This record gives sequence, structure tokens and C-alpha cells, in this order.
Amino acid sequence: MASNVIRNTWILTKIRVRLAMRNRTFLFFSLIMPLGFLFFFVTIFSKGDSAWTAYILGSILTMTVMGSFWGLSVQLVMFREAGILRRFRLAPLGAGPMLASSILSNYILVLPSVAIEILVTKFALHMQGWGNLWAIFLLISIGSATFSAFGLIVASVTNTMQETQVINQVIWTAFLFLSGATVPLARFPHWIQGASLFMPATYLATGLENAATNLATHSEIITDLIALGIGLLVAFEISRRLFRWEPEAKLPGSAKLWVLAVMIPFIAFGVYENVKGDRLALVRQDFQMLNSTSMATPPKSH
Amino acid sequence: MTEPVIQVEGLYKNYGTVAALRGVSFSVEEGEVFGLLGPNGAGKTTTVEILEGMRTPDSGLARVCGLDPEKSGSQFKEMIGAVLQSTSLPAKIRVKEAIDLFANFYRVHGNTNDLLKRFQLEEKRDAFYSQLSGGQKQRLAIAMALVNNPQVVFLDEPTAGLDPQVRREIYDIIEELKGGKKTVLLTTHYIEEAERLCDRVAIIDYGRVIKIGTPRELKHASAGTTRIEVRLAKPVENGVLGQLDAVANAREFDGTYVLHSTRAPHTIVALVKHLESDSNELQSLEMFSPSLEDVFIELTGRRLRD
Repeated sequence: MASNVIRNTWILTKIRVRLAMRNRTFLFFSLIMPLGFLFFFVTIFSKGDSAWTAYILGSILTMTVMGSFWGLSVQLVMFREAGILRRFRLAPLGAGPMLASSILSNYILVLPSVAIEILVTKFALHMQGWGNLWAIFLLISIGSATFSAFGLIVASVTNTMQETQVINQVIWTAFLFLSGATVPLARFPHWIQGASLFMPATYLATGLENAATNLATHSEIITDLIALGIGLLVAFEISRRLFRWEPEAKLPGSAKLWVLAVMIPFIAFGVYENVKGDRLALVRQDFQMLNSTSMATPPKSH
Repeated sequence: MTEPVIQVEGLYKNYGTVAALRGVSFSVEEGEVFGLLGPNGAGKTTTVEILEGMRTPDSGLARVCGLDPEKSGSQFKEMIGAVLQSTSLPAKIRVKEAIDLFANFYRVHGNTNDLLKRFQLEEKRDAFYSQLSGGQKQRLAIAMALVNNPQVVFLDEPTAGLDPQVRREIYDIIEELKGGKKTVLLTTHYIEEAERLCDRVAIIDYGRVIKIGTPRELKHASAGTTRIEVRLAKPVENGVLGQLDAVANAREFDGTYVLHSTRAPHTIVALVKHLESDSNELQSLEMFSPSLEDVFIELTGRRLRD
């Protein structure tokens, strides 16, 4: 039984990777656009400072990974609306492999983009050092899976493509501008900084920015990984429960409340960090360090 | 006596306030091609999708190979193949990839190259799904339905919207299945499809099975009548043509009067006399042997495509 699930997941993953590679829109949004942003931000904001270049790389990696939720939700809703999912439903295949293959194929597709972004930053934009590559790899891995699972939830709770796009837009804007992925978190008023700790994107953004600049300690990154990992488990289980094969199978309003459950780990983290944690203090401290140091500075120890 | 392969008893299904099925019952024996014949909205697709495990009935019993389609999971899915009425595949999947993909989900599956050859898709093996014509898409859908060599095949309106030539190609495929002793449940609103392909037919309308039998039995049940279709210069009063000699029933559809006669020559003579006395004129007259359409009209008072 379990071997069948794994087998079917892998079969679906392979075909989904192949299909994505044939999709020019996907290639543009996952590869070309992030590189465009990378060059643009580094040219405008870094001004030759390697530490800032690394920080911007962290932001771009965050955007690349967060993009998973948008792409997957749109793809799944499109498959459902076109009646593609119902053809798969006839096969001896459950929702698990369909969802797991979404996450796995997305991860496989994100890795080359991330590698290219790192190599371009290193060799074309002259970043010194490599950052903490292990931490980057782990954050990309868990983060990609977590944000993919969020995308699956969006696909599960929305009934039409139009609805999906609206919800994606709202979530994307919040993730992009309040997590520190575009504007450094430390530049926000303190109350926004506090609020951002309730968002999963913040843990990814701060984690990747710290890993790229090599500023974070292992414990900081482990906290980010734990937050994202718990988010992944909860989001995957909820998306599995809410998954619908049929275009006309509408989700009852009460079922949508399940979505709130995905926020529970982040509400817990947010409350803890706001009340007892030192994350915001570290973010501000790292930001000050970033302003006054370069990549030559060894990793700090708190 | 062996158990029927498909067994349906008292199936009810409502969509909100609309009753899609109102006590549908029938059974299909092993190796039989069984047709559900009825107009759009009669409940054919709902019945088939319940049997495929894709919908839940409100009440009643549905069994395929002795299994509950909804609860038997993979074991059930390994046994069936289906062509859905409304479905699709990703635009950029290649024909061979699609067959390979679905073949790999099953424990037992056929050879992709053999299927491509059998369904005349060899030349299109590397074409994207979006590049296929309607007929090619349908042939691919049938190839995918047979990829696991299923015991039972569900074909939901397999020729709907296809041109007559492609339709005949699909008929050949279904006849091949018939020759291969597959149990096939076919839904259609094409009379010729049911007459040509089905061993037995259930006429279904407004969520109820009205009559079941072989096409021959059903046509005999049509009282051995000949269908006479006439167009007249002036309309006639309701019920007048029904009074003519040997007319079992008469109805009007879009200006054409359809008479079912037990003795056609007598009816035609009587009709001509009546028209002369009524100062009316015959514009056209056609005679047909009884068809399933006639049976359907007799039973429901409607044409299949009304």
C-alpha cells in the first residue's frame, strides 16, 4: 500500500516536471523573472556592497520559494476546472500522491532556479563567500514544501480560478511586503514587526536572508526550520482533507474553517516570539550589523 | 445462474431540488453490451458515474463485479475502465506519455505500443494532447480506458459531438470490445448507436428506466408499427390523424406529423381521403420501419433530442 503511494507519487512527479518544463509561462515566472529582480535590486540597492548583495540574494530566494504557492494553486484549480483531475480519479490513485507529487515536482523545479540565482549572484554580481549553503539548502527544501502545501490549501478552498487569483493576490502581497522579503523587516515600525511574526513567510525570509549573509546562528535557523516544518505538516494534512477532484464539488463554508488551523502553529510562534522570544531583537541587530559590516565578517555568536 | 456484473437497484439521486435519478434499476450480465438510451438530462451520466464510484447515490444499491464502487477503492478501480463524458488531459502531455502514465498506475496493464497501434494513434504518439482532433482525443480516451485490460468498461456518450465518420470508427472499436467479451455499459442519445452496438437497452427518461430489452424486443413492443412521417400544406386539428384507419398513435413535431400505423397501406389511403375532403395537400410522405426512436416516442411522447 505505502509502496504504491510512493510509486504513484513518483510517476506523477516525473510527468509534472516534464509538463512544467514545456510551459513557457512557468519558465518565465520561475527563472527569468527572479533573475530580473535579482539584477534590478542588486544594481539599485547593493551598490557594490557584497553583504547587501548577499542579503538581496536571500530576498530573491525567498520570493522564488514563496512563488510555489501561487503556481501550484493555479495549476490545481485549472486541472480541476478542466476536468483533468476527474480523469485521474478513475485510476487507482488517492489524493495523497496527487498532492505529494505537486510538492515534490515543485521542489525539483525550484532547485535549479535557486542554484542559478546563487551562481549568478556569486559570479556575475560578485558576492563574496557562499553564505551558509547548508542552511540555504534546508530552508529552501522545507520552505518550498511548506509554501507548496499552502498553495494546495488555496486550491482546495477556492471554487474558481478567479477566486484563486484574488486570494493569491492578497496572500502574496502580505507575504511579500510584510515578511521582510522586499523591505527589510527592521525598517518597519515595531508593531508591524510584531505582526509579521505571525506569518510563515517571515520565518522563510529572515532565515534565508540570514543564511545568505551568513549572519545567523544555527539555533536561529533551526527555529525557522521548525516553524516551517510544522506549517508543512499541518498544511499538507488540511489540503489532503479538503482536496476535491470534481469541478462542481463545492466546499461547504464550515470546511473552510479548517484553513484557519494552518495558522495555529504560526499564531503560537508569533505569540511566543512577541512575548518571550528575541527574534525581533536579533533581526534588528543583524540589520545593524549588515549596515556596518561586509561578508568578510565571520558568523556572529549570540 | 451467475451474478450480474453490474447490478443497480432503486437508485435515487438529487442535486438540490432536482431529482436526477428516481429509482433506477437494471442489471448487466458478463460480456454484455448494455445501453442506457435517453435524452440529455435523463440521468444516464449520473447513473454511470455512481457505478464508476465518482458520485454517491442518495439511496439504492450499485454493485460492479460484486463490489461497492464507492467503498472498494483500488481493488475496484483495477477492474474498470471508463471514458468520461466531460474530462480532459494536460495540453502539453504527449499521446504516448498519457497512455504510459495511466498504464503505470495499474498493477496489470497492456503495452503502450500495442494500444497506439490498435487505436490508430501511432502517427500521433509524440503529438501534444492539445494538437489532437476530437476523434483522436476520443480514441485516446478509449485507449486509456482499456490500458488496464478491465473487466467492465463504461463509455459515457463516447461519440457525442463527433462527425459521422469518426463516430463509425468508434463503433468499430466498441464492436471489437464486444468481440472481446468485455462487459460494456454505454450511454448514448444516438438511436443508431444503441441499435447497432447494444445487446440490451434501457430507455431512461426523467431519472427513470422506462423499458428494458434487446433492440429487437423493444421494437416488437412498439406494436409492430410502421412510422409514417408526413408534411401537409395546412395544419390539421389535434387528434384528427389519430382517428385514421390503423393508426396506433399520431404526434406532431415541428410541423411534421408522425403516425404509427399497424397497416400502413390502409392508413395512407385513409390519409389521402381525409386530405381531399379537408382541401389539404400532402407535401411529403416517408415511411420507416419501427426504430428505437419510435419506441422512445411511444413511451415518452418526446423525441430523443427534444
